[in-house]
Amino acid sequence: MILVNENTRVVVQGITGREGGFHAERCMAYGTQIVAGVTPGRGGTLWQDKVPVFDTMEQAVRETGANCSLIFVPAPFATDAILEAVDAGIGVIACITEGIPVQESVKVYSYLKDKRVHLIGPNCPGLISPGARCKVGIMPGDIHRPGTIGVVSRSGTLTYEAVAQLTEAGLGQSTCVGIGGDPVTGTDFVDILKLFNKDPDTEGVVLIGEIGGAKEQEAARYIKRSFKKPVVALVVGATAPPGKRMGHAGAIITGVSGRAEEKIRALREAGATIVPSPGEIGVTMKRALRR
Amino acid sequence: MKIHEHQAKAIFARYGIPVPEGGVASTPQEAREIAQRLGGRVVVKAQVHAGGRGRAGGIKVVDSPEAAQQAAVALLGKHLVTHQTGPEGVPVSKVLVEQVVPVERELYLAIVVDGSGKAPVIIGSEAGGMDIEEVAAIHPEKILQVRVDPIIGFQPYMGRDLAYAMHLPSAVVRNAATIIGNLHRVFIDEDATLAEINPLVLTPDGKLLALDGKLNLDDDAFFRHPTHQQLQDPEQEDPLEVEAGKYDISYVKLDGDVGCMVNGAGLAMATLDVINAAHAQPANFLDIGGGGDEAKVAQAFRLVVADPKVKRVFINVFGGILRCDVAARGIVQAYGELKTPMPIVVRMRGTNAEEGRQILNDSGIPVRLVADLKEAIAQLQQVGRR
Repeated sequence: MILVNENTRVVVQGITGREGGFHAERCMAYGTQIVAGVTPGRGGTLWQDKVPVFDTMEQAVRETGANCSLIFVPAPFATDAILEAVDAGIGVIACITEGIPVQESVKVYSYLKDKRVHLIGPNCPGLISPGARCKVGIMPGDIHRPGTIGVVSRSGTLTYEAVAQLTEAGLGQSTCVGIGGDPVTGTDFVDILKLFNKDPDTEGVVLIGEIGGAKEQEAARYIKRSFKKPVVALVVGATAPPGKRMGHAGAIITGVSGRAEEKIRALREAGATIVPSPGEIGVTMKRALRR
Repeated sequence: MKIHEHQAKAIFARYGIPVPEGGVASTPQEAREIAQRLGGRVVVKAQVHAGGRGRAGGIKVVDSPEAAQQAAVALLGKHLVTHQTGPEGVPVSKVLVEQVVPVERELYLAIVVDGSGKAPVIIGSEAGGMDIEEVAAIHPEKILQVRVDPIIGFQPYMGRDLAYAMHLPSAVVRNAATIIGNLHRVFIDEDATLAEINPLVLTPDGKLLALDGKLNLDDDAFFRHPTHQQLQDPEQEDPLEVEAGKYDISYVKLDGDVGCMVNGAGLAMATLDVINAAHAQPANFLDIGGGGDEAKVAQAFRLVVADPKVKRVFINVFGGILRCDVAARGIVQAYGELKTPMPIVVRMRGTNAEEGRQILNDSGIPVRLVADLKEAIAQLQQVGRR
């Protein structure tokens, strides 16, 4: 598994908010070690009589040894929350918040790119390692099974769809990572593929892309050059009209590279097996592993 | 969010980017008066959120105030159909009347955020006035790109580099660099996702002017630009898309007859692909969005069936934050308001899927519940044949 495991100690930024509280509870129920919450002004209290709340990330990390952060802070304050987590020395940050201005994301990335931190998201479902019962995100935990397939995706519910199909096909997952649907994200396909490449628990990878940008082509170049395990890829949005934003801020065709057929072509040429239809993710992976 | 050319140019001018003299007219009379003030010879430009106006007859050069008035009569209140609009076109409620500028050379200038480089990129080309995608295809060597470090920001040498590379005469290089820097300021300070001048023209007397202007603003940054939302022109959007926006539902109008309703953008795109695989055409893209409740689902369903083209509906819900039982109740609620029955194929999975299916089954509405996407394709084909 990658990024999160049994040693992951999670601090939830925005734990006293409605969404933060709801999901913190579900993560705990799944088995995640939620060791702290941070809400400025609410330090010194206990959330749900269980989890200590701190005013600052620095305090939370110092007092609890948290090494992973899950962010639910509203968009206007989310950049601040991410940077606070980075400067507190957090190693893995999952930012669920949707609607961060793209120029904020650009600055955040520029600041953290040379630091020892992985930012997953923003605008993502988070990540989960079923084998360690560690869920750092908003995905429904019960569809996952421990296993050897890595999943990396720009989507939320489509990732759940992929996972459910894998589980049904008898294929458990090592780690599933939703990198997020914004045009600029902290982590791209390539970053996650590099980790899966080195991960002895991961036998094969499902990659789920969509229209817009060129992240799938970058993934294709990396797969061709260095990736040693079977990759099964699905790219959605082949029928989307150019210039129209399909929900995700990043899912908009603005140039040739943004089109689904270009991405599929690049991934196929790199040796990935293309999922013929969204309903066939699980069976395609099963076939790819047999070869 | 897209804004009009005249709005973009007003913002450009505020940042020191020279634009032709002109004014905005909502009536032919106003167009005539502006032309009179500018000396008679003017260009009358339809204000629509679509490219390709020139070829579609939306830009007219005229020689007198009377002719300007006539040009405005021909455009105002009409729909302009360009290669970027649907067959129904977009309405023209305003025209921009501007002085005609003598052109020696046409350049291209734009700034976007490059998702791969994760930074703003300034794009320049000496082949302005054309569609930049065409230039990229035919003359990729004529497209220049400069990455701007997001923390350090724009530096004047970047503007000079571009100006020299575009083979501008040395006398105007400094001015060009200033304009490029100003466009970058617009891009950053206004939270744009695209700032484009096509063409930026060089006049015979050595002046540079933004002959056209396009500015797309980041919807996600409205919270720190209170005036941006007022620049919106709902007339230019599909009415159902505007309506959806009020409820925080992502809806994009398409051309087919299969309405669809999905939770999650990725799954919604996948659903469109599934519909296509069934040799059917989707009528829309719809992502209910996160944190939906019964009322929001009902509203989403109303939007789908409000499109008169819709003859059948495919609902695909993967229960997570939005539970399937909640979605089912919303569907039942909105279906009850339908005047004519409509076949509905529903696929539910994830949290409380069983309860959701039960609610739909017990409701008496003609739903076809399917277990997976393959079965959905088969059922969609079947309801399409009837």
